[in-house]
Amino acid sequence: MVYLDHAATTPVRAEALADMTEEFGRLGNASSLHGSGRRARRVVEEAREAVADALGATPHEVVFTAGGTEADNLAVKGLYWARHRADPARRRVLVGAVEHHAVLDPAKWTADHQGAVYEELPVDRLGRVHPDVLRAAIERDPGGVALVSVMWANNEVGTVQPVAELAAVAREYGIPLHTDAVQAVGVEPVDFAATGAAALTVSGHKLGGPVGAGALLLARGVDPVPVLHGGGQEREVRSGTLAVPLLRGFATAVRLAVAERAGHAARLAGLRDGLEAAVRAAVPDVVVNGDPEHRLPGISHLSFPGCEGDALLMLLDARGIECSTGSACSAGVARASHVLLAMGADPDTARSSLRFSLGRGSTDGDAAALGEAIGPAVARARAARERRR
Amino acid sequence: MTAQRLRVLAAMSGGVDSAVAAARAAEAGHDVTGVHLALSANPRSYRTGARGCCTVEDSRDARRAADVIGIPFYVWDMAEEFDRDVVQDFVAEYAAGRTPNPCLRCNEKIKFAAVLDRAVALGFDAVCTGHHVRLVDGRLRRSVDLAKDQSYVLAVLRRDQLDHAMFPLGDCTKAEVRAEAERRGLAVADKPDSHDICFIADGDTSGFLSGRLGATPGPIKDESGAVLGTHDGAHRFTVGQRKGLNLGGAPDRRYVLSIEPVDNSVTVGPRESLRVDEITAERPVWSGCAPLTEPTACAVQLRAHGEVHPCRAWERDGVLTLRLDTPAAGVAAGQAAVLYDGDTVLGSATISATARLSEGAAAG
Repeated sequence: MVYLDHAATTPVRAEALADMTEEFGRLGNASSLHGSGRRARRVVEEAREAVADALGATPHEVVFTAGGTEADNLAVKGLYWARHRADPARRRVLVGAVEHHAVLDPAKWTADHQGAVYEELPVDRLGRVHPDVLRAAIERDPGGVALVSVMWANNEVGTVQPVAELAAVAREYGIPLHTDAVQAVGVEPVDFAATGAAALTVSGHKLGGPVGAGALLLARGVDPVPVLHGGGQEREVRSGTLAVPLLRGFATAVRLAVAERAGHAARLAGLRDGLEAAVRAAVPDVVVNGDPEHRLPGISHLSFPGCEGDALLMLLDARGIECSTGSACSAGVARASHVLLAMGADPDTARSSLRFSLGRGSTDGDAAALGEAIGPAVARARAARERRR
Repeated sequence: MTAQRLRVLAAMSGGVDSAVAAARAAEAGHDVTGVHLALSANPRSYRTGARGCCTVEDSRDARRAADVIGIPFYVWDMAEEFDRDVVQDFVAEYAAGRTPNPCLRCNEKIKFAAVLDRAVALGFDAVCTGHHVRLVDGRLRRSVDLAKDQSYVLAVLRRDQLDHAMFPLGDCTKAEVRAEAERRGLAVADKPDSHDICFIADGDTSGFLSGRLGATPGPIKDESGAVLGTHDGAHRFTVGQRKGLNLGGAPDRRYVLSIEPVDNSVTVGPRESLRVDEITAERPVWSGCAPLTEPTACAVQLRAHGEVHPCRAWERDGVLTLRLDTPAAGVAAGQAAVLYDGDTVLGSATISATARLSEGAAAG
């Protein structure tokens, strides 16, 4: 099997797996007051310190969640509610046009059900939100903006946003900026304090930790209204029994991913360049999407003119090569990517694209296998597309 | 024939038949890939649960069946083609005063055209479905389960389409299929049969057509042209229909004899006037024999699950003419006339006109 879908999920690291396996064998609710509880609480707090340390935050700023989607929902809905409550004039929710659905959908929900005004920040052809675009959007009614959310790096095309600059613009107006850094941690230098963002999402299973664990970093003084109500375990902002084994594995994965970041990113970039060269050798008219200067090292998002992405995916899958159409599915049908459409692509081009993403365990052999399979697959997919009226 | 290992695309609706068909193809040693066809851009607008084949729930059922069988599974988006070639065609046919069969059209234009074309281009050898029909030496034959036989809605397929078709269920009954699904651990074993039209969510065909065509009132006439009443949309009627005429106080039972789109009129009359013995049909397809150019004795079926009528049939200038040995009632334009020799399909054409030549079978 040639696994080229690490942006969907990537293998759990052995270190994280060992930690979790050990922890699953132990007893204790981190909220209990007795010895077992204190032991579990210690594991959670050490995990919190490790995550904070790795990401340039203080332990108090780390709110553990069950993953990226929950963290994004808490940031978008929670900050909207809090900011709107403090000043009812704040209704505008500004989100990047290429955000993940975990940000777009809660933002649209606040508009549909909570009286918010949903506004998308347009991107350029490379997928970037320009600081002056954000400034102009805010300027239309600065007092009316509840929050801004722009991802650190895009999950489909890999374009890296100028998050620090965007956060600086938002801060000029006293507006909190949330950034979904799910794809960035471990390959980009993510430093929460240095960035100036008010909130940042990180997820475990994209960087070698378990699925079902993540965190929302919240700067001091940034207090979203909770989405989940209950025991108030996390700063009274997030309720739910803490998943001690998962959080321990998550922290281990974050710590190692950040420590190894520079070398890992360089290695991925080399592999990615090799992959793109191999594909181009077989399909000379392949188009590389995203920002060539500012993109994640492990993501290669390619358009194959005259093909349908889902046909290519199936043909490659039959050869044991696993990749993604990159876009969200609706009942198993890949829709034209909102990311590519926002970048100005026409629907046919958007549908002709595949995402190949690399990670730990990827090798030159993967690129070579893809290079071998892609030519015949593209030829067949083109023939199939031509027969479709 | 099955000694050869083929790359087979199994169209999986989420129902029990297509699941067992896919399982049989895999068990026969073929390299099978399951594909569920997404036929609506908005799956929630189609029939839900057990009734349809096009919903998110059906897609999940199909995926689970593929898991159990152990074959790869994908969803193909055919919503654009389905809307254009089946739904819009359905509406246009009613607007023209005909009574279409959308399942037949789906087989003709989607499953064994758009899907088959794409499959062949992508390297598949055949499309496998769960239709109850046999394919013997390239010719369609009725299922051994006559109550479930679907040869009528497949007779529209040409020989070149049948060359790439695989129907593994034709030699057994529906009850046997369900038992086999149970034995194979397929959760859809008890799923009720689908009925009615998958793209009409609430089963209200008349309401669906009114929404597309509007409800334009028109006259209800008798055979002499005298106006007996009004209707609120000619698409609400089909030839042979008796209910819904609302001709209060009419002394005799009357039936819809014809629908005339030009003046939006519906003609009614006594049952005897429904009986026709000459039928002309267009776009003949001959998959079971060479085109019958001379009057030839055979049997014809004039609607799904309808009875068969002995007749003589011949094609001239692209038009099929049928002379029935004894008149038949309720023959609607737009339906298929499917010719059989015993249980073997000879050909099919779309009914365009009917006539009554005389008492008793008329001479050619």
